[in-house]
Amino acid sequence: MNKLLPFLTLCFALLLSSFVTRPTADGYKVGDKATDFKLKNIDGKMVSLADNKAAKGYIVVFTCNTCPFAQAYESRIVALNTKYAPLGYPVVAINPNDPAVAPGDSYAAMQSKKYAFPYLQDESQEVAKTYGATRTPHLFILTRQGNDFVVSYIGAIDDNSEDAKLVKTKYVENAMTEILAGKAATTNSTKAIGCGIKWRRA
Amino acid sequence: MSRLKFLLLSVFLLLAAPGFAQQVTVIRFPELQKRLSRPTDTTYVVNFWATWCAPCVKELPGFELVRATYASRKVKVLLVNLDYASQLDKKVKPFVKHRGLKSEVLLLNESDPNDWVGKVDPKWSGALPFTLIINNKTKQRAAFERELSPTELTAALRKFL
Repeated sequence: MNKLLPFLTLCFALLLSSFVTRPTADGYKVGDKATDFKLKNIDGKMVSLADNKAAKGYIVVFTCNTCPFAQAYESRIVALNTKYAPLGYPVVAINPNDPAVAPGDSYAAMQSKKYAFPYLQDESQEVAKTYGATRTPHLFILTRQGNDFVVSYIGAIDDNSEDAKLVKTKYVENAMTEILAGKAATTNSTKAIGCGIKWRRA
Repeated sequence: MSRLKFLLLSVFLLLAAPGFAQQVTVIRFPELQKRLSRPTDTTYVVNFWATWCAPCVKELPGFELVRATYASRKVKVLLVNLDYASQLDKKVKPFVKHRGLKSEVLLLNESDPNDWVGKVDPKWSGALPFTLIINNKTKQRAAFERELSPTELTAALRKFL
């Protein structure tokens, strides 16, 4: 018994620590309902997912001006909107970086982008935290279910950041093909190298 | 004659010493995985970084400090670079030389992170910088998907020693 007690205490402590340290940091998983947000677009207007009644879903991408990987993927993000906005899945780009850490990601600097889709500033970084975004670019496909939006894919755009011509697997396009056919994405979550989000310093 | 030998040796050493510090070995993921799974009692401090990643560049001196401080202990610092292999001569080697990095630098030449990021650590999403501290003998493991200050890094490593 006197050997078991410390062991049980340890087990309990481990169990407790897993609750204390994990939940908020983990963000969404595929199948989770995404909460709506209200963020300022570069045109000054506030944007929410609920605004676009015609949207069947969204391609939400956390991206920025400054990260070389975000830059490498910029034209591919634009191409995703060109392809999927007419099919009911427009792109919504969100810049989560703290401009105090990355001055090139300030609201003023974001004005240099002229996209056909919203480019929103996540000033409080709450949306990125809620989604569990960790890097730029980090992409989430949302699918409408009634008035809700459900996370259907999380991860990378494709398998080659350096050269779009050398891409073998287009993760997002493959997922979209299945989602548009009313199916769940076979590969619904992928990993990619990217720039860690520039979180506000405490 | 022996003087000539000495001279030659000196010249050779002078040429070789800085050359060693600047070496960057290009490897594929299975080789890295093999290296990190060896049953050794050496504690590995593995930092994943890139020259284009500002917080990575900022924290590099901390890893160099750890390498120097624990040089007599069984601690090995591995700097795994994630620039593209095409940038080896243009960017990575000049960077390593300019910064005078003494830790071992490996350039991981893989195009699809989805194939390997999860094998390094299931919880790593792929954001840089990322640091792994492992000891296969004691089966200890710590992972950090964020920038570490020299103090944080030393504190994390001390738990292994």
